[in-house]
Amino acid sequence: MIEAKGIHKFFGANHVLRGVDIEVTRGEVVVIIGPSGSGKSTFLRTLNRLDVPDRGSVRIDGTLLGYRPGNGGGLIAASDAMLSAQRRHVGMVFQQFNLFSHMTALENIMSGPVQVLRHSRKEAAREARRLLELVALEDKADFYPDQLSGGQQQRVAIARSLAMHPKVMLFDEPTSALDPEMVAEVLQVMLDLTRQGMTMIIVTHEIQFANKAADRILFMEDGEIVEQGRPDELVANPRNERTQKFLRLVTGKV
Amino acid sequence: MWDWSTFFHYLHSLYLIEGAGVSLGLSIGAMGIGLLCGLAAALMRMSRNPLLRQPATFYVWLFRGTPVLVQLIIIYTGLPQLGIKLGVLASALIGLGVNEGAYLAEIIRAGISAVPRGQFEAARSIGMTRTTTMRVVVMPQALRIIIPPLGNSFNGLMKTSSLASVISMEELLRRTELLIQVQFKVLEIFIVAAIYYLILTTLWGFVQRRLEAHFSRSVTASARSRGPAPEMAKLELSEVVLSHDST
Repeated sequence: MIEAKGIHKFFGANHVLRGVDIEVTRGEVVVIIGPSGSGKSTFLRTLNRLDVPDRGSVRIDGTLLGYRPGNGGGLIAASDAMLSAQRRHVGMVFQQFNLFSHMTALENIMSGPVQVLRHSRKEAAREARRLLELVALEDKADFYPDQLSGGQQQRVAIARSLAMHPKVMLFDEPTSALDPEMVAEVLQVMLDLTRQGMTMIIVTHEIQFANKAADRILFMEDGEIVEQGRPDELVANPRNERTQKFLRLVTGKV
Repeated sequence: MWDWSTFFHYLHSLYLIEGAGVSLGLSIGAMGIGLLCGLAAALMRMSRNPLLRQPATFYVWLFRGTPVLVQLIIIYTGLPQLGIKLGVLASALIGLGVNEGAYLAEIIRAGISAVPRGQFEAARSIGMTRTTTMRVVVMPQALRIIIPPLGNSFNGLMKTSSLASVISMEELLRRTELLIQVQFKVLEIFIVAAIYYLILTTLWGFVQRRLEAHFSRSVTASARSRGPAPEMAKLELSEVVLSHDST
């Protein structure tokens, strides 16, 4: 479904990703944990090319992201239109929600289908209302982002991504900017998505959620995947010393 | 002595009203050219490519650094020496428009820069192309910030358009002067001209307020439900307005 190989990324002299590989199969839910600055968000952003990797490749359903085959077997950088078409299949939910502030909740969700997929407004609105129902916000259709709580905004943002019918959803610390009482409502929506078989890659600090939702947990540090495994293995019995240390810190156990 | 009858006579003079119409038309045309030049220069200056960035920077530097009066005279009187002959109207439109564009470029750039990066990323992540992102997400939000200083620019332009009189463009000021050459009622006729300029700028003031209200709907909506609107946009405005007032 989605496959990244040997991803390297530099920010100036800073080597933030040091050869990260991942392979996620259809319907799998992968959670990436790790200390701040470990490169997990940057890695997630290379998966839809919001950050362009300096080395390495990302494939979505076998299609190489950001390139097209040229004459004689070479690769040519994809045009903006082509890259945009590839990105449709990868939904992304941001820490800061990033709802379009000049559009209502409904218009936010409709924007992709109308502008990118060229659906009629009527059809897009019907679909958007269905998605609002899915995230339990059907009564907020005509509210602007500023009029919604953080948790509500994030649920609308999830609905906006879903409207494109992505093959995989990326979540970049979706609850980190939320007040504690709003975290649960967003995690609940995400949990519902896992049950519906959505392929998801989630960067989060919510270990309990990871335990419940993930098929596999990856621990990243210093731009590398240090250890990975099923939640019951990795969280309960981490083998690597660095993983043990990190988990002790986040779970508060000494 | 002040002559009331002359004043009232010329207050509804068709000759001057036409002149005011020409001033307005000239301003609208120059604003159109200015917006095109300004948008192009703003986008070029924000580009990562120095081959796009540098010419735009040069353009803004050149036209903001020289008086528009000098630019008009060079275009109308100087360029024919190089074989480029432009009519009065074309010279006035191009001179005022291209000069205006240099100021609008900065206003537009400030407006676009004020749209948070996350808006752009969110649009890209749902598969919008760069052009669609600009049109659907960035520009509508930038407009809310751009419209007020843009309105002030247009107000200024309606007055600056009087400079076209020096290249014999028959707009309001030129016609006023022509009239005075035969009537010798300097104060009365100039006051009439001033009143026409006031009418133009006042009417524009109404239009501008409508436009501003239209483009800040989402902010007004949240202000109704949550108290005062965010002050940030207004702050950036005043910076832009100030920089523009040094014309």
